[in-house]
Amino acid sequence: MFGEYSLGELGSILVMQGFAGLILFSVFLLMALGLAIIFGQMGVINMAHGEFMILGAYMTYLCSHLFEAYLPSLYGGYFFAAMIIAFLAAGALGLLVEWALVRRLYARPLDTLLATWGLSLIMQQAFRSTFGAREVGVELPQWMMGSLNVTGSIEVQINGLFVMGLTLLITAAVAVLLFKSKWGLQVRAVVANRTMSGAVGIDTRRIDRLTFGLGCGIAGVAGSAFTMIGSTGPTAGQLYIVDTFLVVVFGGAQSLLGTVASALSISQSQSALEFFLTGSMAKVLTLLMVIGLLMLRPQGLFVLKVRR
Amino acid sequence: MSPRKPPFRLATPSRRQLLAGAAALSAAAFLPQRALADFPTAQVNTTGLAVTDADVTVGILHSVTGTMAISETGSVEAEKLAIEQINAQGGVLGRKVKFIQEDGASDWPTFAEKAKKLLVNDKVASVMGCWTSASRKAVLPVFEQYNGMLYYPTFYEGLEASKNVIYTGQEATQQIIAGLNWVQKEKNAKTFYLLGSDYIWPRTSNKIARKHIENFLKLKVVGEEYFPLGHTQFNSVINKMKLTKPDVIYAIIVGGSNVAFYKQLKAAGVDLTKQTLMTISVTEDEILGIGGENIVGGYACMKYFESLDNTNNKSFVAAFKKMWGDNIVIGDVTQAAYLGPWLWKLTVEKAGSFDIDKVSGASPGVEFKGAPEGYVRIHENHHLWSKTRVGRARADGQYDLIYETADLMEPDPFPKGYQ
Repeated sequence: MFGEYSLGELGSILVMQGFAGLILFSVFLLMALGLAIIFGQMGVINMAHGEFMILGAYMTYLCSHLFEAYLPSLYGGYFFAAMIIAFLAAGALGLLVEWALVRRLYARPLDTLLATWGLSLIMQQAFRSTFGAREVGVELPQWMMGSLNVTGSIEVQINGLFVMGLTLLITAAVAVLLFKSKWGLQVRAVVANRTMSGAVGIDTRRIDRLTFGLGCGIAGVAGSAFTMIGSTGPTAGQLYIVDTFLVVVFGGAQSLLGTVASALSISQSQSALEFFLTGSMAKVLTLLMVIGLLMLRPQGLFVLKVRR
Repeated sequence: MSPRKPPFRLATPSRRQLLAGAAALSAAAFLPQRALADFPTAQVNTTGLAVTDADVTVGILHSVTGTMAISETGSVEAEKLAIEQINAQGGVLGRKVKFIQEDGASDWPTFAEKAKKLLVNDKVASVMGCWTSASRKAVLPVFEQYNGMLYYPTFYEGLEASKNVIYTGQEATQQIIAGLNWVQKEKNAKTFYLLGSDYIWPRTSNKIARKHIENFLKLKVVGEEYFPLGHTQFNSVINKMKLTKPDVIYAIIVGGSNVAFYKQLKAAGVDLTKQTLMTISVTEDEILGIGGENIVGGYACMKYFESLDNTNNKSFVAAFKKMWGDNIVIGDVTQAAYLGPWLWKLTVEKAGSFDIDKVSGASPGVEFKGAPEGYVRIHENHHLWSKTRVGRARADGQYDLIYETADLMEPDPFPKGYQ
């Protein structure tokens, strides 16, 4: 396969391919973080995760139009404002959904699956009625387009770098929140033993609501970032949901580190296999690998000891 | 934010203009109007269809909810426009056309169920509908069992012909071969990289493309790849293409994947004004989601572009925007959907009857000179003779017409040597 290419060419492809894998890793991790928090910490299977992401994407779309109309001089920076708005909008909706729907179903995890799936359908139709059935194009500021020429033949996508930076930042922020803050301590206590945490005076209701809101907010930011690489339409959220669950379940639901490791291994195998085989075969082999490993380690890569 | 609804002021001024547009069309295209008295209901409707002295009912069957609503909305709009224009001209055999619209909801069993409802309960005289091949395959047995007439608008993979279906879009060989010949001649292309979403239409189309490239043009395919529907990461295949440096990227990617593919292609520094890319799956509708700036310079090969410069098309585009809003774009399939009601009207008038068997039998040879794409004629195999065109994407989301075949391309749904 490679006989006819020079070493230099192969070298630069190798570098770019490694980079492609890293971008995929960032995308997977960003998708999965919000869900990892909700699913891992609360045990709620949020089927509407993709729709929260698309809410963020639509916020970005609105934001780009607002900036174009009212603040054209700041257009280059609209994306940052859009991400903050996406976080707030998706987070606020998350709080509302938790209060109205999810908190009534904590004792019945399978029913949350059905309820949030219904929610996802409602949200899809709401997007369709509001923004139209067709996809919308989100225009990017000029500086985010194109690629950096590192050497003559190695090119690195700017939006890829942007997603990587964002993922790093959010992962770090979540890690700090979970492991260094008082809220994080309480969340971990509730995960470990809900009844006991309640007994020692932790307001588990409040913790649940904030956790759910935070998870949805991060989904919103992810959706906002993905307008750079994917489509924004009423049902685009469905494109992400399978990969998202794959990453979270494979990593071990309760472990943040597990999510990172799982996103890394799935993305690297997917991206490498795609290069050597074809897109569809890469997916098949990746799924087979995940299934095989889950048979050996049903709890995922990293297991926390949790008292149920 | 909703461009879907027709403006409320539609009633008086715009209808007059519609009439004017339709009149312009009719001058070129239509038989002189025949009086109702010549066609008593008992004579034109011997099989109990929903035909009265005053009106005739047809069905519209598309997804207006669910994933496919993105694509099918345009077809619904086009069919409603055609029906309104037909009525403005006095209807079909002196009868007003009424329609019953059903929602297939992007779900194939639902399509079959609604088709059965339209044929069995509503006794519609014809149905304009379906978009994906899967939905067509789901309703085909229903149409054959209950003897209905379906006008199907989408370009598709071929390998099908039914007396109960008129295919108003192109089948794969019509769409592909002329484009490949053109790109070989004009771009001096030697090597091709074939891409597609992983389902029947892209796979069959690429199979035809590969056979044509290797056996007829004697050129080389350097890669062929498929991606699951909804795939959003194309960086690996873009790297592969950077390595193999094909003269032409031949892309048949659909749906949300399309947006991801073109955005990532651009981000990876592939400039479509320098790298030749040809697609048969991106119409003006898709560019709305992709963004014109991401695909500018790419070539599309199909039979219709909104920018076509002829009088039929100009009045069609004007009437369409009048009815559905100025921000709307019109893609290949939307135009093909517009042909459905017209072809049905012309066929009924040729047959002098609404009976399904007579309409089906009279279809071959029916010609529509008022088609926005120019001139079309129904072939023996119930597909359309039509020209194939190559357009080049502009930054504003429209195509510039670069090339069109001199003659109508013959539809060949079971191509020999390509299977």
